[in-house]
Amino acid sequence: MTGNSNTRFDVQQVRGDFPVLAREIRPGIPLTYLDSAATSQKPETVIQAMSTYYQENNANIHRGIHKLAEEATLAYETAREKIARFINAPAADQLIFTRNTTESINLVAYSWGRKYLSAGDRILLTEMEHHSNLIPWQLIAGELDLVLDFIPVTSEGNLDLDVYHDLLKKNPKLVALTHMSNVLGTINPLKEIIRNAKSVGAITLVDGAQSVPHFPVDIANLEVDFYAFSAHKMCGPTGIGALYGRKDLLENMPPFLGGGEMIKRVELRSFKANDIPHKFEAGTPAIAEAVGFGAAVDYLLEIGMDRIEEHEKLLTNYTLEKLLDVPDLTVLGPPAEEKGGVVAFYIKDIHAHDVAQILDGDGIAVRAGHHCAQPLHTKFNLPATTRASMYLYNTIEDIDRFIAGLQKVRDIFK
Amino acid sequence: MEDFYRELIIERYKSPHFRGELEPNDISFEDDNPACGDHIRIDVRLDENHVVTEAVFSGEGCAISLASADLLLESIIGKTIEELKETTKEDILDMLGIELGPVRLKCALLPLKVLKAGVYGVGETISSD
Ligand SMILES: Cc1ncc(COP(=O)(O)O)c(C=O)c1O
Repeated sequence: MTGNSNTRFDVQQVRGDFPVLAREIRPGIPLTYLDSAATSQKPETVIQAMSTYYQENNANIHRGIHKLAEEATLAYETAREKIARFINAPAADQLIFTRNTTESINLVAYSWGRKYLSAGDRILLTEMEHHSNLIPWQLIAGELDLVLDFIPVTSEGNLDLDVYHDLLKKNPKLVALTHMSNVLGTINPLKEIIRNAKSVGAITLVDGAQSVPHFPVDIANLEVDFYAFSAHKMCGPTGIGALYGRKDLLENMPPFLGGGEMIKRVELRSFKANDIPHKFEAGTPAIAEAVGFGAAVDYLLEIGMDRIEEHEKLLTNYTLEKLLDVPDLTVLGPPAEEKGGVVAFYIKDIHAHDVAQILDGDGIAVRAGHHCAQPLHTKFNLPATTRASMYLYNTIEDIDRFIAGLQKVRDIFK
Repeated sequence: MEDFYRELIIERYKSPHFRGELEPNDISFEDDNPACGDHIRIDVRLDENHVVTEAVFSGEGCAISLASADLLLESIIGKTIEELKETTKEDILDMLGIELGPVRLKCALLPLKVLKAGVYGVGETISSD
């Protein structure tokens, strides 16, 4: 599942797989891409797989009897199998294609939530959630009159597990949290959190948008009920994501959207829903994107998730060490050992936008803002932070350029 | 890039001339830039002829948005409400003296947006006077 690990990880070779990394962002200025937490770049193999699909196999799936339709169906379903295997899901039919993490979470909120939750029920979230694992619950809580509780984030950027244990005593129906924070970089102790949630009978949902791309994730081992992630953050295309769900849950949930493909039999005033996963895939899906998603998984496996994780660790350690030398700069989140490849920071009296803008002048792409985690920024009393995030194709030279850029920021604002 | 962060912008960001809040005031309005969480409030006092006598801003923002607020407020002192409504995007860009892409343009124009929203509110009450 974690790919071959006998050959050496060669970052220059990896970079060669990503066409965009060869471009100059402005004449004479190379691209230093440190915004992979927002979306990753795409390797040639993914771009090619999608082109080839359109050039050779394009047809609508599942319905056609003709050869092309069969090929397209096979390509789509093969991608599902690859992705399910990639996260060690028990079966491919437990992996539903969605548009992205956001849609996966909304699917659970509307399908599972509307059926199983009622007034006064509690949902337990955390203060470090991306808006995509917050707003769906706010919406459904408003509709059904539910109560939202939040596991606090400590000043070091970890979940306060003592408070978690207290909150579990209120018997939440659902515990929904992120595997890895897209701001703090915190990797949450999921195994323990899920075990505790189960002990009070809660269903668990994990936002895997920042984890599946960066380190091995083993669904069977985690024993999680729902797990959501996006292709575009893991070398795949935009427009497609996935939701893993426990089989009995998925089978008993009502459809999310209605239309073609999600039905078995239709009468004028009623329908019988299709089996999973098709029950949750109404309408023509993103077929070429599924093919690209499958190719992304192939690519990551070829490199090896263990080695990607190791490479990012190295870069993160190096970055945090170098940042210590930049005066007036504070990094959010836990120390390097407990952190993924996401480094959000602020510089005293210099706004995140200005930092990002000056870095952009040197071709360095970082993100500035609240990174779709506004309540977390409010908690730390920051309107915005700047975030550098890494992936398998980043180098020590990228980090050096980034650090030099920060020095320039300070010079301009001195 | 150094052009972008002209001395004027850095100077106005670090030592704004029109920062503060006014209570009571004749116009007060605030708004956010959802892309970045920036927040700007502008308070204005008028004389009996609807001429701006005092104007200040408060809130959080980047150098571009705060310098823009400071320069904008400087430019409206002594103007009537009607004159103030004539202020355009180009006026702001002229004051800042830089060219901006679509994302940063939102930063630069947030103060004007806030001011206009406040003024049009007042405009309505004035016309119904
Ligand atoms: C932790 C986390 N959750 C959810 C999302 C949302 O992903 P998407 O926009 O692909 O739905 C992101 C990325 O933006 C994220 O970082």
